[in-house]
Amino acid sequence: MPYEILEKKELGRSGTIYEMVLRTPLIAKKAHAGNFVLLRVNETGERIPLTVADYDREKGTITLVIQVVGKSTKLICNQNVGDQILDVVGPLGNKIHIKRYKNPIVVIGGGVGIAPCFPQAKELRDAGNEIITILGARNKGLLIWKEKMKTVSDELIITTDDGSEGMKGVVTDPLKQIMQKRKISLVIAIGPLVMMKYVALTTNGLGDLPKVKTFVSLNTIMIDGTGMCGCCRFSTLEGDIQFACVDGPDVDGHIVDFDNLLKRAGRFLEQERDSMECYDEECRALEQLKKEVI
Amino acid sequence: MKKKIEEDSKSSNSLSKRSKSKLTNSEELHRIEMKQQDPKIRITNFEEVSLGLTEEMVELETQRCLQCGKPLCISGCPVNIKIPQFINLLKEKNFIEALYKIKADNLLPAICGRVCPQETQCEQACILNRQGEPIAIGYLERFIADWERKNNLKECPECAAPKGIKVAIIGAGPAGLTCAGELAMNGYDVTIFEAFHAGGGVLIYGIPEFRLPKDIIKREIETLEMLNVKMEYNSIIGKILTIEDLRDMGFKAIFIGVGAGLPILLKIPGLSLNSVLSANEFLTRSNLMKAFRFPKYDTPVKIGKIVTVIGGGNTALDSARTALRLGAEKVIIVYRRSEAEMPARKEEYHHALEEGIEFQFLTNPVRFIGDDNDNVSQMEVIKMKLGEPDESGRRRPVRIEGSEYLIDTDTIIIGIGTRANPILTKSIPELKLNKWGYIETDENGQTNIEGIFAGGDIVTGSATVITAMGAGKKAAHGIVKYLQEKYLEKK
Ligand SMILES: Cc1cc2nc3c(=O)[nH]c(=O)nc-3n(C[C@H](O)[C@H](O)[C@H](O)COP(=O)(O)OP(=O)(O)OC[C@H]3O[C@@H](n4cnc5c(N)ncnc54)[C@H](O)[C@@H]3O)c2cc1C
Ligand SMILES: Cc1cc2nc3c(=O)[nH]c(=O)nc-3n(C[C@H](O)[C@H](O)[C@H](O)COP(=O)(O)OP(=O)(O)OC[C@H]3O[C@@H](n4cnc5c(N)ncnc54)[C@H](O)[C@@H]3O)c2cc1C
Ligand code: FES
Repeated sequence: MPYEILEKKELGRSGTIYEMVLRTPLIAKKAHAGNFVLLRVNETGERIPLTVADYDREKGTITLVIQVVGKSTKLICNQNVGDQILDVVGPLGNKIHIKRYKNPIVVIGGGVGIAPCFPQAKELRDAGNEIITILGARNKGLLIWKEKMKTVSDELIITTDDGSEGMKGVVTDPLKQIMQKRKISLVIAIGPLVMMKYVALTTNGLGDLPKVKTFVSLNTIMIDGTGMCGCCRFSTLEGDIQFACVDGPDVDGHIVDFDNLLKRAGRFLEQERDSMECYDEECRALEQLKKEVI
Repeated sequence: MKKKIEEDSKSSNSLSKRSKSKLTNSEELHRIEMKQQDPKIRITNFEEVSLGLTEEMVELETQRCLQCGKPLCISGCPVNIKIPQFINLLKEKNFIEALYKIKADNLLPAICGRVCPQETQCEQACILNRQGEPIAIGYLERFIADWERKNNLKECPECAAPKGIKVAIIGAGPAGLTCAGELAMNGYDVTIFEAFHAGGGVLIYGIPEFRLPKDIIKREIETLEMLNVKMEYNSIIGKILTIEDLRDMGFKAIFIGVGAGLPILLKIPGLSLNSVLSANEFLTRSNLMKAFRFPKYDTPVKIGKIVTVIGGGNTALDSARTALRLGAEKVIIVYRRSEAEMPARKEEYHHALEEGIEFQFLTNPVRFIGDDNDNVSQMEVIKMKLGEPDESGRRRPVRIEGSEYLIDTDTIIIGIGTRANPILTKSIPELKLNKWGYIETDENGQTNIEGIFAGGDIVTGSATVITAMGAGKKAAHGIVKYLQEKYLEKK
């Protein structure tokens, strides 16, 4: 079954983030906020997890937002409209629990993690919740889906590390201010591990701020996405083991042992670098060949 | 030896007069040994270890068969292949008929010839086993399947006329593939839904290339496609489609063969250290994702200098031997029982020994110890002794207090078994499961829900390829009976 790329566009101004729309009618029919897919570009490719950032059940499409961080994400982003992706499996993971909460929900997206926030904010707002959104990025050029997030937020706050847009600082700054002023029912944080760790530390009730239930979305390394390999496992602070693919990917941020997870995330660094170098070399050779042919 | 057999009245009863007279003759010949790649060379490649039999070897081996009147081997085979008949055809060099004879009972001989535990099945039952030299039935089975492949034949049995009734198979492991084949031959319109991007189940993601070349599985699936079986990959039932969806799509019966794929992890301290991984992860990376060809293939696998594998089954042995081929300097297998209780195929154990794998029996892990970067560096183990038999009939290992010691290691692979994957069964709440999450069926493979059948590891727990195939076949017969009664006889 081929999975065709129907649309592709660059997001932000960093040249590293792309939005792609894929034709996957069956997945589109079943997808919900919180789900992800595993995608393999070609025969030699690896299976990588990407969140379903939007879906259109009628058109039979899903939207992915991908940041180039290594070989596989680069390979995907080098594909163009009309190209086929070899394998797309999903929808995987648990959909988020949708209900009407008493107080507002704070949705925090960091970097490319902003995209997966969209369906969550949308479905929760459709259920009658008040959504306060905080978007964080290193700089203005890396900020994505601002307008789209506006459409599903009652209030939108932006932070950048360098102050090139919105508040200068990190997402936990406005979060603290909000928590001091108002009662919050739920916090959802999706972004880099370090960001999610600090959000969880802010809301765990161990400091001066009240405890607020917090969901984080774990982006561990995965293979099958069905609980079969244990590659995506994470440790809770109490030492229990859970699997991100079937117990998550959205999990209670207060139980996650982030320090261990950060160390696990780096376990293939050497191989990832080799893989990237080989691919870059291949791309250069191909460019050279094209030039010579012309 | 000969005397012993004659004394054994039961066994001589089962010998025909003809075979008795041949007994002396067959004793002069010895069981054939298969050629293998030299252990020193084979640990540097992923090519097949055993090289198969030559025609001359087959000639010698088939002469040894007594052609018993009441053959015990057939009942030793979970799918009752007509073993003496196919051996006789082989002896007459009628290879094509020999192939048909096997395929009538077993569509996947190239696979079974390689991975079945013959020593506990047909070859154990073989009358010549009493002299310790049973006919090499597995080798002969493999020979004929390889002959088919070498001659580029793809023999598949005749199919009955199409009945226009759709059946869905969930899972393309040996159980699902066999069930699909049987149903297709009976004229049913079969579609297999498989979670992965390739079929074969454990055969493709678990068992390594050097034991079962993946090309063989591909061909066996092509044979099914010749029978008009449709393959839908990347389809996790319970996620992308539910049982209700399948019924809405017009499938009149459903077979569940989703295996028991969930790894059991040792709940001991240090489990979340880096380079502690399940055999499933390690083998899936290497086999299905072809990490042994990284960076040509994108999936990486990391291998340390000293790899320790925990477990005593095929999974543990496959992991250990794969680690060796990926460049580990030393590979140790730690198993809590003794050599005699090891559930692995005997031949694989011998191969592992030849390859230099170190075995530490009656040894059980206590904890994994890591360095400052959370990379594993040591494993603490404790010595065990065998106590009273447990429910499996094997003697239960008990700890010898105070016998703890440390093993230096930088990669730990846990291969102590698997359990049921709940993804599908959770999506059918009314399906009856036992307390371990395996599906309950009757003797026809029928579950408690009408039209839904099941078989293989998801019913029995981890077993063998051939038992899964046997279950697939049995369920296919159950499905045929069900569909005939419900849809065909009424017409
Ligand atoms: C449930 C889930 C949802 C995700 N959703 C998105 C998304 O919507 N958009 C997006 O851009 N990224 C998403 N990711 C992360 C994305 O899968 C990784 O960035 C990608 O796999 C990296 O592959 P690579 O070969 O390009 O980089 P690599 O060279 O493999 O690695 C670069 C870095 O990414 C991390 N990484 C490597 N492999 C994986 C992996 N399989 N999964 C996660 N992290 C990995 C490594 O720790 C490494 O530091 C998600 C991950 C998960 C688990
Ligand atoms: C490493 C290893 C080595 C082994 N070696 C031997 C050996 O030498 N000899 C021997 O006889 N036995 C061996 N075994 C055991 C043997 O492989 C199994 O008993 C057998 O494969 C079980 O077959 P099955 O069809 O029941 O399940 P599986 O082979 O597990 O196949 C199940 C299939 O279903 C798919 N699936 C799961 N869930 C879903 C879903 N929801 N939707 C769609 N598809 C799904 C899976 O992806 C898989 O392809 C070994 C096992 C392992 C793990
Ligand atoms: S990805 Fe394999 S268990 Fe989660």
